[in-house]
Amino acid sequence: MSLLKRIAPQLIALALLVALVTVFYPGFLKLDLSGGRLVGPMIDVLKRGAPVALLAVGMTLVIATRGIDLSVGTTMAICGAVAAWAVAGGWGLVPALLLALAAGALAGLWNGLLVAVVGIQPFVATLILMTMGRGIAQLITEGRILTFNHAGFAFLGSGTLLGLPVPAWLWLACGLGMAALMRRTALGLLVEAIGINRRASALAGVNATVLLIAVYVVSGLCAALAGIVVTADIRGADANNAGLWLELDAILAVVIGGNSLLGGRFSIIASLLGALIIQTIDTGILLAGFPSEYNLVIKAGLVLVILVLQSPRIAGEWRLWRDSHRASREARAAQRSRT
Amino acid sequence: MTRFLMSTAAAAALAISATAAMAEGETIGFSQIGSESGWRAAETTLTRQQAEERGLKLQFSDAQQKQENQIAAIRSFIAQGVDAILLAPVVATGWDAVLQEAKEAEIPVVLLDRQVDSAEDLYLTAVGSNLVHEGEVAGKWLVDTVGDKECRVVELQGTTGSSPAIDRKKGFENALAGHDNLKIVRSQTGDFTRAQGKEVMESFLQAENGGKDICALYAHNDDMAVGAIQAIKEAGLKPGTDILVVSIDGVPDLFQAMANGEANATVELTPNMAGPAFDALAAYWKDGTEPAKFLQTESKLYTQADDPAGEYERRKGLGY
Repeated sequence: MSLLKRIAPQLIALALLVALVTVFYPGFLKLDLSGGRLVGPMIDVLKRGAPVALLAVGMTLVIATRGIDLSVGTTMAICGAVAAWAVAGGWGLVPALLLALAAGALAGLWNGLLVAVVGIQPFVATLILMTMGRGIAQLITEGRILTFNHAGFAFLGSGTLLGLPVPAWLWLACGLGMAALMRRTALGLLVEAIGINRRASALAGVNATVLLIAVYVVSGLCAALAGIVVTADIRGADANNAGLWLELDAILAVVIGGNSLLGGRFSIIASLLGALIIQTIDTGILLAGFPSEYNLVIKAGLVLVILVLQSPRIAGEWRLWRDSHRASREARAAQRSRT
Repeated sequence: MTRFLMSTAAAAALAISATAAMAEGETIGFSQIGSESGWRAAETTLTRQQAEERGLKLQFSDAQQKQENQIAAIRSFIAQGVDAILLAPVVATGWDAVLQEAKEAEIPVVLLDRQVDSAEDLYLTAVGSNLVHEGEVAGKWLVDTVGDKECRVVELQGTTGSSPAIDRKKGFENALAGHDNLKIVRSQTGDFTRAQGKEVMESFLQAENGGKDICALYAHNDDMAVGAIQAIKEAGLKPGTDILVVSIDGVPDLFQAMANGEANATVELTPNMAGPAFDALAAYWKDGTEPAKFLQTESKLYTQADDPAGEYERRKGLGY
């Protein structure tokens, strides 16, 4: 129940957005079953939202510790390049995936060590990998789009399982699994404690250093999964463009999810809804058929409206206005009953 | 008299040997933008090959997408006293001062594939393709192929506001003008990337009755077309047959798609910009011939009939 109350603003925003898109593209809610798989714009949203949703899972945890991970977009490019390189080199699917995940974990470990041990601010620490990582990915692909032909790997990007696209299953499993891990154990509480006051949590016995590193490693692993999905989707590793600027979409998803950039309390489910909101905007713009010059303006406008409606200040003003309105009405009613 | 003749002959011989020596080992400085795309990598490879074939020495400098690196490279070329400079400018503005320095040092500068907005007398010539013409070639192919049939076309644009996107769109529309049976029904940006090309094509297919209402796809570059071809296949349609696919650039992967019958035509943007540049320089060195200020490369159309499998083999080693 408290979860429902927590994610109510995001659910309402998503519902309003879907209604808005349906006005411009009436077929938005249409679902068909063709060849054992569901097809329709909503399914596209679930599938296309996968990279940002996966990134948002890790990003939520990092932001909950009062950090930020700007390197996830480039980590995607690196891991995608590693996976494509391994598959194209005939290593087989499982070693390739493990190698890509290891690359993601390594990237996260690097960020975590810089933040937790060396003590560099997260923004600066992860900026280092953000700028240099794309070069690493380009070295792996030699600046080309590294293509491969492997049905098993391609399945991860464009396959269907039980009617739904595989990328949708991946982010659902990853997001719900991580949310359960955080809330069924004390881990979530410990992460929040670090975000609110790292020194105090350390004094209280939380191993803040290890936990901080672990959070960045999780973010790296999520980025690796996202990189695998986009690489499998186009059957090629595009080091120049894979994950480009997606770190910003991931941060936006976390913010739309109502999580504070100052750390502390967090909700992974709300961040996932934030990612769905962003993807609904993107897909809606494409389907509505506006000229492409308007894409970013419409997106920015809608995001602004959603964030303004969610802001505590506006909510506070609204409550104040409602209460005073009610009070004055009651006062008038009382006056009337007296006369 | 005899002595005079002999000295003239000797002088002439000296002059000949001097020109021969120059034609042998001229040094060319090449300031490349960086490695932004496979096409640019192929351009670098072909420039090296062309220089080697002509016995020219090539000094290569990678600017990593920064103008200040290019300006520094040109200054160092001038200091070394190279015989000519090739420049693929990363941006259009801000070249006046350094081009003036090259001019004062009497070193001819040839621009490759992009233009600058400096005065024309500051460089020898510019080699490049005509982007509008590329779009027209693609459009003309579609007009000729479709004939009188009704045809609903979807368009994948390049990055919004970039000159290839604007000009390739304009050229295609020019070619379609007057043919009312062809209509562009949807046009969206796919940012020149495979991933975006695929995502946008998926939404086109959704919006156009599962793709059954689409007769042809025009993509501003081959990478978006390759992504879109996958989207068409995943929607259960046959690219190349159910939906005609025409795009621009001529990258190896699209030739492979054509060999598989999944794409229909591509307009080549040749990465061999250096060949015409070296030809112009050779003529200039020989007798001071001033080339035209813009040398337009050929925008050649390749279809499934033009041995796409062979073209793929010829291109795949160029670094695309």
